[in-house]
Amino acid sequence: MTISQDRLARRFATVQTENRAALVTYLAAGDPDYATSLAAVRGLAESGADIIELGMPFTDPMADGQAIQHATRRALEAGQTMDKTLEMVRELRRENNDIPIVLMGYYNPIYRRGVERFVGEAREAGVDGLIVVDLPPEHDDELCLPAAKAGLNFIRLATPTTDAARLPGVLTNTSGFLYYVSSTGVTGGEAPSVERVQAEVDSIRQHSDIPIAVGFGIRTAEQASAIGRFADGVVVGSALVEALANAESREAGVTAVKSLTAELAAALKTARG
Amino acid sequence: MSQTTVPQSLRHGPDDRGFFGDFGGRFVAETLMPLILDLQQEYANASQDPAFAEELSSLSRDYVGRQSPLYHADRLSEHLGGAKIYLKREDLMHTGAHKINNALGQILLARRMGKTRIIAETGAGMHGVATATVAARFGLECVIYMGSTDIHRQQPNVQRMQLLGAKVIPVTAGDGTLKDAMNEALRDWVTNVANTFYIIGTVAGPHPYPAMVRDFQSVIGEEVREQLQEKEGRGPDSLVACIGGGSNAMGLFHPFLDDENVALIGVEAAGEGIDTGKHAASLRGGDPGVLHGNRTFLLQDEEGQISDAHSISAGLDYPGIGPEHAWLHQIGRAEYVSATDREALDAFTLLCRLEGIIPALESSHALAEVIRRAPSLPSDHIMVVNLSGRGDKDMATVTHVLADELGLSQ
Repeated sequence: MTISQDRLARRFATVQTENRAALVTYLAAGDPDYATSLAAVRGLAESGADIIELGMPFTDPMADGQAIQHATRRALEAGQTMDKTLEMVRELRRENNDIPIVLMGYYNPIYRRGVERFVGEAREAGVDGLIVVDLPPEHDDELCLPAAKAGLNFIRLATPTTDAARLPGVLTNTSGFLYYVSSTGVTGGEAPSVERVQAEVDSIRQHSDIPIAVGFGIRTAEQASAIGRFADGVVVGSALVEALANAESREAGVTAVKSLTAELAAALKTARG
Repeated sequence: MSQTTVPQSLRHGPDDRGFFGDFGGRFVAETLMPLILDLQQEYANASQDPAFAEELSSLSRDYVGRQSPLYHADRLSEHLGGAKIYLKREDLMHTGAHKINNALGQILLARRMGKTRIIAETGAGMHGVATATVAARFGLECVIYMGSTDIHRQQPNVQRMQLLGAKVIPVTAGDGTLKDAMNEALRDWVTNVANTFYIIGTVAGPHPYPAMVRDFQSVIGEEVREQLQEKEGRGPDSLVACIGGGSNAMGLFHPFLDDENVALIGVEAAGEGIDTGKHAASLRGGDPGVLHGNRTFLLQDEEGQISDAHSISAGLDYPGIGPEHAWLHQIGRAEYVSATDREALDAFTLLCRLEGIIPALESSHALAEVIRRAPSLPSDHIMVVNLSGRGDKDMATVTHVLADELGLSQ
């Protein structure tokens, strides 16, 4: 895969020239049903999201808080499968060949499908990268290396507990961007301290030029703007999932996702003033 | 995945990445990785420290009540008319099950690591009670995660934990059983990683837990070897134990892995029957997968979604099994069978009436296999079954099912 074909690299280059952070948005594929989910994800792309993270539902989402736990459960109950998640990517790709799409989830559904089969299908569908929470660098041979070989970025998480001794190992096979988890805990938790996150992001930059997106606990335009002043990307997940879930109808949910996305995108455009 | 090779001794696992053959590993979020590496180091240091061994051994004797008796169940043996059956009486240990062996070992490690807060998951509540007990003994804050279904069916244990000062948090996700409690405990751990020690109750989870829990439970098998030598002048012919995650079985089996002539028999919970799909037999009815930090056999569908386990016994109601058992199954060193809810209840009743011992429903699964197997064995065959816990906690469940049959008052 050359850089010109790499949608993630191109997108980060673009936002850099616009002097802003990329807006990275998460929704669970198939929540609350396939059609609504597809409409909501389209809404992300139309409303200013730079990168789409599509959650692959799993019965036991150990790193997720209530919002995403409920979302992935709704998706499974509505019959979401890996086939349907990949089909959703294909549908999105037919309409939009620019926006990077990253699949996020847990290892078992991939392991069960077969790693070689999965990375081939994901690449073919138009997936740009993978985030798999329960695969630390110690297990790079499981999925990270096969994914890279198939032309998929493997986006690793770094956390407040990742010390200087571990960081080089975390960065070694990471590509696309580094996902900095702003707080210890699960998704949808407390808002992080901006000063601490900035110090940690600065210290990671001493080791690598890879774009750094910050996520976990970022819900509002104000918080996104504060993080967007220094991070290359800002990830919002649980707040969007809740916007979709808490609306009075499915249509209203899609509208709510779009308006929150637009608000976040606008905040990032002006964050660096 | 690495090729499975069988080393000369079967007792040297896992390798430095935590694998027993293809099984095990450290499949956890990055947030937990540094802590797990610390824990591995601290456990290695403690294992070499005579002071740690001395403290553990002294508390095991004076606080837990070790060693546990090895009791010749002569009425049961006579009734079945075959093998000579011994019961390893873990049910007589403090808190009423083998779980205390591991809880004690881990809390001593937690203290070495300077952790001030203890969390644990529990199914039947025995591990929760054991953890709450040692937390009280050492004055540490304690939070226990327990599925809401299990809270309902093991009420006395919930009250015991609360009495001991632990906070019991009900988990309503999924089916509200052990798997869901473990997810929630992992979420707590990842959030409070700085001050919290997670005492996992079975030989599962990320490396080094499967090896560490096994080591703390191996006192069971070591005592059996010594006690049988004294009583019979020789070792056992077969060892039988029930398996949820597999800690009491591993504790009994591990010291005998290299004794080729000793048959090792693990009994999973077949619930309403393996062909009904309502069971907890991960080896007999599952496939390899990755959950809760390790690769092992799991109950799951074609999509890799985890299925809910079913068993009358809350302690066996788990869709996975410890990775070392998965490996022993794969290389054929141990034999894994299963017993249904009904078979376990029949065994439960039989032991009550013949030996005056009320066994835990978990241990009753092991007894069910003894009932199947013993009659066709010669009278000089020595069979040791791990009576891993006592059945007081199961009175509500048993009364509910057997009241009419046995004329119990309700």
